[in-house]
Amino acid sequence: MTLYLVLLLPFVGALGAGLLRATARNVEAWLAGAVAISCAAILATYYPDMLAGRVVQVAVDWLPQYGLTFGLRLDGYAWMFAMLVTVIGALVVVYARYYMSPADPVPRFFSFLLAFMGSMLGVVLSGNLIQLVMFWELTSFTSFVLIAYWYHRTDARAGARMALTVTAAGGMCLLAGVLMMGHIAGSYDLDRVLAAADTIRAHSLYPWLLTMVLLGAFTKSAQFPFHFWLPRAMAAPTPVSSYLHSATMVKAGVFLLARLWPVLSGTDLWFAIVCSAGLASLLVGAYAATFQRDMKGVLAYSTISHLGLITLLLGMNSTLALVAAVFHMLNHATFKASLFMAAGIVDHETGTRDLKRLGGLYHAMPITATLAMVAAAAMAGVPLLNGFLSKEMFFAETMFAGEALWLRILLPATAILAGMFSVAYSARLIRQVFLGTAPGELPRTPHEPTRWMLLPSATLVLLCLLVGVLPGRTIGPVLDLATRAILSDGRMPVYSLKVWHGLNMPLLMSAAAFIGGLAIHAWMTHLGHPEGVLKPLFRRFDGKRAFSVLQVRLIRGATRLVNGISSTRLQTQLALIVVAVITAAAVATLGRLNLDLTTDLAQIDPAFALLWVVGGACAIGAALQAKFHRLAALIMVGCAGLVTSLTFAWFSAPDLALTQVSVEVVTTVLLLLGLRWMPKRLAMDLKNRDTARARARRVRDATLAIVAGVGMAVLAYVVLTQPAGPGIRDFIVKNALPGGGGHNIVNVILVDFRGFDTFGEITVVGIVALTIYKLLRRFRPAPEVMASSGQKRDPGRELPDPRDAVPKGVMLVPAIIGRLLLPMAGVVSVFFLLRGHNAPGGGFVGGLVMATGFIAQYLVNGTLWVESRLRIHPQYWIGGGLLCAAGAGCLAWFASLPYMSAIVWEPKLPLLGKLHLSSVLVFDLGVYLLVVGTTTLMLIALAHQSLRSHRRVAEAEELTSVRMVR
Amino acid sequence: MELIYSLAVGIFCACGVWLLLRPRTFQVILGLALLSYATNLFIFAMGRLTLDRPPLIDPNVVADASLYDDPIPQALVLTAIVIGFATTALFLVMLIASRGFTGTDHVDGVEKDE
Repeated sequence: MTLYLVLLLPFVGALGAGLLRATARNVEAWLAGAVAISCAAILATYYPDMLAGRVVQVAVDWLPQYGLTFGLRLDGYAWMFAMLVTVIGALVVVYARYYMSPADPVPRFFSFLLAFMGSMLGVVLSGNLIQLVMFWELTSFTSFVLIAYWYHRTDARAGARMALTVTAAGGMCLLAGVLMMGHIAGSYDLDRVLAAADTIRAHSLYPWLLTMVLLGAFTKSAQFPFHFWLPRAMAAPTPVSSYLHSATMVKAGVFLLARLWPVLSGTDLWFAIVCSAGLASLLVGAYAATFQRDMKGVLAYSTISHLGLITLLLGMNSTLALVAAVFHMLNHATFKASLFMAAGIVDHETGTRDLKRLGGLYHAMPITATLAMVAAAAMAGVPLLNGFLSKEMFFAETMFAGEALWLRILLPATAILAGMFSVAYSARLIRQVFLGTAPGELPRTPHEPTRWMLLPSATLVLLCLLVGVLPGRTIGPVLDLATRAILSDGRMPVYSLKVWHGLNMPLLMSAAAFIGGLAIHAWMTHLGHPEGVLKPLFRRFDGKRAFSVLQVRLIRGATRLVNGISSTRLQTQLALIVVAVITAAAVATLGRLNLDLTTDLAQIDPAFALLWVVGGACAIGAALQAKFHRLAALIMVGCAGLVTSLTFAWFSAPDLALTQVSVEVVTTVLLLLGLRWMPKRLAMDLKNRDTARARARRVRDATLAIVAGVGMAVLAYVVLTQPAGPGIRDFIVKNALPGGGGHNIVNVILVDFRGFDTFGEITVVGIVALTIYKLLRRFRPAPEVMASSGQKRDPGRELPDPRDAVPKGVMLVPAIIGRLLLPMAGVVSVFFLLRGHNAPGGGFVGGLVMATGFIAQYLVNGTLWVESRLRIHPQYWIGGGLLCAAGAGCLAWFASLPYMSAIVWEPKLPLLGKLHLSSVLVFDLGVYLLVVGTTTLMLIALAHQSLRSHRRVAEAEELTSVRMVR
Repeated sequence: MELIYSLAVGIFCACGVWLLLRPRTFQVILGLALLSYATNLFIFAMGRLTLDRPPLIDPNVVADASLYDDPIPQALVLTAIVIGFATTALFLVMLIASRGFTGTDHVDGVEKDE
């Protein structure tokens, strides 16, 4: 189980680091370092298991209905990679502590770095392919936020976007491939997939799934033609480049290829695709690295080239090549991470990474220079360093990979060519930065950095040396157990890790690469401006340009499409929606409507008919008057609402009638408050009201409205004249009392049967109220509305003075009555709340009544007067209500019942007798509190708008020492 | 009764759609109010129209669905009314904020010819 800790610690650490103060650099670094080292230590305890060839597995059910488990699987290969991730992670943390400037927001950095470490460990340790893809995408995401760490820089943002687009798109492809693989193997479990290797290779979907998996791996490992994102990702802070974009994340692609090597390799298709991608990346990367001006640019292209080398080895379908590939993954991680660190030190101490401006740094910083030289030598493949060993193995493999003659010539030839370039750019990097003299003044006077900044780089360089001199003693066992874990079926090849194999072909090829590389370097130095000569050749491979062109075309095409089929005008959009709805309804119902108009007129209640004459007249009146007579239209809509409410009451829905009436009150007050901010409009002001176009538009809208109305009427009539189907009402009615314990079925549905739904709904209402509050804080009213404020012009209608005991003037009598109203409203609302379970009422109605009581105080006394005496704090009501409702749901857990089950408690009390207490009452109380809070908050926030820049506000604030909502 | 009820739904719906398609924000908000009445009445009608049978259980009688009006549409409409209030409030705030920022109450935030 300690294996879970390896995955958990980084994420917990990320959370913790994110919460620390921005100035706590040391604490951050200690935390991150401790996490990395603990993970490495835990992993180290598994070494005996690994040596014994055991596979450590832990799993918990994730989505058992889909056969998914969340499992970790540690074998030798995963162990090796996890060690790489944690150990280099620890070194990078030390380095980053001294690299990051105090002005940078360090918590964010370490938090993201740890999150990345966790994601990468997740990829490495996943025992399940879906889970692997999930962590894979997490690494893409954390890489995105880390590249964009300095998000004020355009290049960082653009680079991060490009990296995310490419790698996340690749992740999608990988998911598709993995799904196909799981489909064929019958499980997503890695062991089962590995066991089904032959079936998968023989399956007709194999070419597809292979392409998809390879797309994922190639985008992640920056393989040609998807390599272009990696150089752009160099906008990240150097510790990130060193960790993610050389040592670990970009290795995820080749990691996966090796992990699935027993399943996917061995076919001609694999050989063709993987080898060509690897070969192209190897050459293109090495070539491009020779003429970069940026130190990190050189290293980025060199990384592409080395990853290409690994890919090429993996594509060769030979177990010996696989060993070489795994070996090179380790070697490349050590020397490249240390080179990036050196580049970061140079940047940190001199203020530039431009090869043209740098030079002669050996004198200023000899230790850094020595370390960089040794690492660069390893990169170039100098003997007695680790890079040499894997490169020898690579050269040896190229000679036997292909069967055709042209392959036997092409592969070794390109390998030598790439080796030459590799020597050339390594030599150029060292010569330009550390040797010779600087061409001009540097931004900063260089000197050796602190010892702690050198330590990580030095450790890695020491590893390069140790592995290079004593490969068999140092890296031998690890490499052995890693490859043994991949090739679990005893296909382990015989190889020997030795520095001296005698005078053979690979050694000759190495020698050729050296001489050639130095010659290229000399030639380039002679030319002076290598990029001027070499770069033009490179245009053809410019994936970056292709990416931008594709992006621009996509956006342009999408814009054209959107412009073509839609409109930015709301009226057009709404008209289209109405047309679409009418069409959909017509298609679904036409010809199937059983319209029977033989209604018995005697059945019609004249009172009901009269009610709806009024209702219909109000609706039509509102429709006609809403433009020029807003108040009249508002009153008529309110009237229509009342008629609706009466209709509910008429047809046996007392709860609906109550809710509708109380909502009607608050809605009307709300809209009245809004009226103040509308511009004045008079019919005669409009000149173009009677143009032909305007008339045509009105005819169109009227037609749409009438068609919609007739359609709805017909639909309603057809439904109403047919008997109701069985539905679930029987169940609900039968269970309401025995199961829900309430007589009011509607309330039982709301607080019990569909309690979770109601909980969601009140959450939405609470969010809306807070949104309104927040929106109004930034609100600036139109100037002419403020200027024409009636209260300012008429001194007799001043706002009530908060210091008066009762408001003076015309509002005196309403104020007294209103004040008496508040306790009564409180009693009535609690009455509705308490009886809601058994009789019409409930939390919604009660809450609205209480809110109306509060609003009445504001209406008659004025905002300032009320708030200098009564602070309602609606936000607390909202929060309390949500807590209450959610808590009531949790009560069920104490009775070991599912969330939101009703619990009944019937204690016998002296005096009071038997009481019926139910957790749904607590739930309904939550609804009540929330409704009070939201309604009051909305209306108060709106009412406060009238107080902007009013002189009395300051007085009231002084008086109450409470800041008014502004 | 069914005829009147259906006509009522139809008239509310027609007036709501007409106002919804108008160019001024206040018209649209009233239109949405009318349209939501129509929708609520329509959903409520799915339980059919019954007189004097509110869904309040009488403990002295064996519970039977035919004794009461269908409670499910009622419960759905009840939550719809409250949500409708919240969205109306949100829309109103958007409306006056848009008026403050753009200086017009046209739905597109730009004054056009009608």
